[in-house]
Formats: sequence, C-alpha cells, structure tokens
Amino acid sequence: MKICVLVKQIPGSEATFNVNTDGSWIQESGLPFEMNESDIYALEEALQIREKMGEGDVFVVTLGPDRCQKTIREALAKGADRAIHIKEEAPYCTDPLTIASVFTQVISEENPDLVLSGLQSDDLGFGQTGVLIGEMLGMTTATLVVATEIQDGDIRVKRELEAGWFQWQTMKLPASLAIQSGLNTPRYPSLKGIMTAKKKEIRTVSFDELKNVNIQQSFKKLSVQRKEKQTEMIEGSVDEIVGKLVNVFKNEIRII
Amino acid sequence: MMNILVVLENKNSSIHRMSLEAISGAQQIGKECGLSVGILALGEKASVLAAEASQYSVEEVLSVENENLNSYTADGYSAAVAQVISAENPNYVFFGHTYQIRDYVPRISAKLKRPFLNDVVSYTVDGDKPIFYKQSFNSKLVSELQTSGDGPVLVSFQSAAYSAENIQSGTASARSVNVDLDASAIKVTPEEPFQEEAGGVDLSSADLIVSIGRGIGKEENIPLAQELAKVIGAELASSRPVVDSGWLPSHHQVGSSGQTVAPKLYLALGISGAIQHVVGMKGSKNIVVINKDPDAPLFEIADYGVVGDIHEIMPRLTEALQS
Repeated sequence: MKICVLVKQIPGSEATFNVNTDGSWIQESGLPFEMNESDIYALEEALQIREKMGEGDVFVVTLGPDRCQKTIREALAKGADRAIHIKEEAPYCTDPLTIASVFTQVISEENPDLVLSGLQSDDLGFGQTGVLIGEMLGMTTATLVVATEIQDGDIRVKRELEAGWFQWQTMKLPASLAIQSGLNTPRYPSLKGIMTAKKKEIRTVSFDELKNVNIQQSFKKLSVQRKEKQTEMIEGSVDEIVGKLVNVFKNEIRII
Repeated sequence: MMNILVVLENKNSSIHRMSLEAISGAQQIGKECGLSVGILALGEKASVLAAEASQYSVEEVLSVENENLNSYTADGYSAAVAQVISAENPNYVFFGHTYQIRDYVPRISAKLKRPFLNDVVSYTVDGDKPIFYKQSFNSKLVSELQTSGDGPVLVSFQSAAYSAENIQSGTASARSVNVDLDASAIKVTPEEPFQEEAGGVDLSSADLIVSIGRGIGKEENIPLAQELAKVIGAELASSRPVVDSGWLPSHHQVGSSGQTVAPKLYLALGISGAIQHVVGMKGSKNIVVINKDPDAPLFEIADYGVVGDIHEIMPRLTEALQS
C-alpha cells in the first residue's frame, strides 16, 4: 500500500504574531515553527497502517520554504520512507484551489492508494486541501476521520459527527482522508530513526513552476483580532489574584 | 433567479441552527448589497426543510429529492449541489460552517473551480459587494479575503456569526429541482450514526463550569481542577487536547466536536482559545480566563482575565473558596 501524507510546518501555538507593515503576512523572524498538530496524527496513522499491512511506502509531501526541512526530517525520523518538498518562498499562496492543484500534480505521478492529511492547519485554517486533492484526483474523500480499517480494496473509516455522534463508512480506494487529532498515540522519533532519516530521500520541486496563474482567492490583508469585549484584567501576586477572584465570584458574578 | 443561494442542512428533520444563521446572514447581506436570496433543501427530508424555510422572507425555496441523496455522502451531496449551482448561477452560495459542510463543500469548489471562503466570521460592504473576513493563525489574527474571476463564490459562516433570532419572516415560492445523479457516482457506503457514550455529563444545562485546557500540563493535575470544581459545585469540562490525551472522557469536551454550553460562570484554566473551542462556550454569561500566555485568544472574549500560572492559582483558589 502506497500512502501519501501531507505535512505542514506552522508557527507554534503560543507564538505572538505581528503583522508585517503592508499587512500581507506575519513577521516570521524569531517565531518557533513546528509540525501542524493534526498532521502529526495523520503521519502516525499512515505508519500504523503500513505496520499492520506488513509492507508499504509512506511518503510525505510538504509545501513551504527552506525552514520546512526540519519538519520533513522529523517526519522521516518517525518512520516515513521518503519526502517531496514543494518549495515556496514568501509571499505565500493563500488560495486553497491553487495549493491543491500543485499538490495534485506532484501526487498524481505517485498514484497512491491513500492520501492522509490533518483536518486543518492551525495557521491558515482552511481545512480544504485534502478534500480538494481527493476530488481533483477522483478519489473518495472523508473528513474528521477518527479510525481506519483497511479491507479488501476498500477502507472503512469512522467519522466524527457533531455533539458526540459518530458514523462508520466504507469507501472505495484510492481515498483521501482528513484526519482528526487524537485518534492514535503519535510516536517520538527513535535515535535510530533520527540517524537513518539523514540518508532518506527528499525530492525538491518548485511551487512556482507548478502553480497555475489563475489564483482566485487570497488574503488581502491580515490584522490583529479586534477585541469584542471589555475585559477586566486581574493582576497582582498570587494571593492578591486569588483574593480578587473570590471577590468577583462573590460580589460580581454572585455564585457563592 | 437569486443572487445568494443558502444551502440547508438537516438536523433531526428540521433546519440546522447554523443553516438558520446562514439564512439570517444572507438576508442581512442581501439587504445591504441589493441581492436576492434563495434557499436550497436537499436529501430525504428536503420537503420538510423546504416547508420550514418557506416561512422566511426570501425569493424562492428550491428542493431536490433523489434516492441517492437519502443518506448523506460527500459524493452525492457535492455532485447534487454543484449541479444546482451551475443551473441557477448565483453570485454567492452560503452555508453554516458545520462538520458536514467541511466534508463536502470543498469538493464543490474543486468541481466548479470556484473559491470556497470557509469559517467566515464577518463582512463589510464595498460598494455593492460584500467583503468577507476569517480568523487565522490560531484565531489570533483576522484576514480579509479577496476573490477574483467570474462565477459563484462559496461561503460558510462560523457558528454565531449571525443570529438565527434576526431571521425575517415572510413568504417564499417553492420550486422542485431535479438533479442527474446515478447510484454509481456514490462510492461510499455509510452506516448508521451512533453515540459512543450515552449518559455522560450534560454540560449544556450546567450553571457553573470549570474547564481545563492543554495548560493543565499532565494527567496528575486533573484532580486539582476537580477539587476546585467541587468546591463551587461546578461541572468539570475541557478543551479537545485534554480529551485527545486521554485525561478526561470525551463527554467532558466543549467545542465544535463536543458540547455547546452557556453557564453563568465559565472558568477557563489553561485554555488558549482555539476557535473550535470558542464556538462551544462563547455564549457563557461570565467568562473568567486564567492563562500564562497573555496573547491567548480566549482573553478576547473574557469578562475577567488573569495572566498567570494555573498551577499556582488553582490550588490556592480552592483553599480560599473552602474557607
């Protein structure tokens, strides 16, 4: 079984974001970057499927600038067999259709049985790439996938619905699945994994050479979230904070 | 002919709350931009939903019934809605940003080669055109979206972007629409939906909620939060990462994949405020946020905020409340 995993590198969740002067992107210098959370689970699911099947080829595809090499190496150290890095320099494309069409050109040459992606990235937050690629490649698609079972020529997946409901569905292969976080326990890279990752193949292709010129959606301007509410900040030593909170509970919200 | 087409989702044989919010948003944008609004109901309950929709002030209500749409599949729904969009050619197609919408609307975007602006939180009007905004970078930034090219633009609205209470009543004409959908186009076999943990905690009726996030750090710290909740008689809730880590069962989860709550007090401990969590609790009457990250987006909707370490504050607060 050949499995493609889409892995993205994003700024860390606790980072402070400053918008650059023309509002086109964030100021990246000094930001910590890491693997997107749901992609970590997608990669783990691919590795577990390969292990259950006893054989297979798991390759990672990442779009982004040079800094993504670190995330790609991490994926290889965890056990991916090889990687394709679609290199893109700033200003980055923010059109889901264009991004998906570039991925599609790279993935179609490989003819995978499965494309796994994280449900959504924590930076742009479109949550569309995996489904768009599935449609473009004529695959079946499913999102919010929380369990997978490979069957003869099919895959049975459990999908999360709203408010605590779930549903299983059996899908024809090839399939593109957007993976919900929490469905497995992601592994850490082993020392041996880290060593062998250095020798694994990373093929590089250029985003600009593959992108079509018909970009239909973009971020025109980024800005800091407007505050919706008046927030009373409680400050001081731990004792003072606790005292003030008790006062709020007693006299303002009146719950005690 | 309608300029904005709102596509409905079925929830227990009535219109999904978030589809109602999308209708409300369409009416508002339609009024400001001089655009007419139509509604599309599809699937097994199309006639029921269409009847419900016909009491709202819109141009027209379309319904599509086809035996291959009786159970939801991304294959069937994306093909059917794409056909209706192509035939009606509206300027905009609106959806509520539900799990089902995430599942099939990107497929329509790829079929029609037209953009899908998803999880939109607000709009402004430029001349006679709406400009849409979405949150990005962990909900810390807002991006103004721009589109180009001719043809429909697909838009889904985040929960509570518009209030269903503001829907304008009226009358609408009804029209039945056919789609060409063969059983062979459905390559997915869905089974019956089920609930994993019946019983569980009903957080939606809780008056007081103490809720913990990733900042709780480790499983061993959960009892500290439990004690605090016990002292004030609150239910314990959490954001998704706590459930993903296996520290609390999933029925404690608040957010788009968990429960929606509106207690008198929502005390958020170490929750950064990812949008998936916020949509489940922003209706709370009093939101108190304690987080060591001063940029945590949850502070944006807090009534009271503390930038501090929950591991120091939590046990001391429990102590103080006990006496």
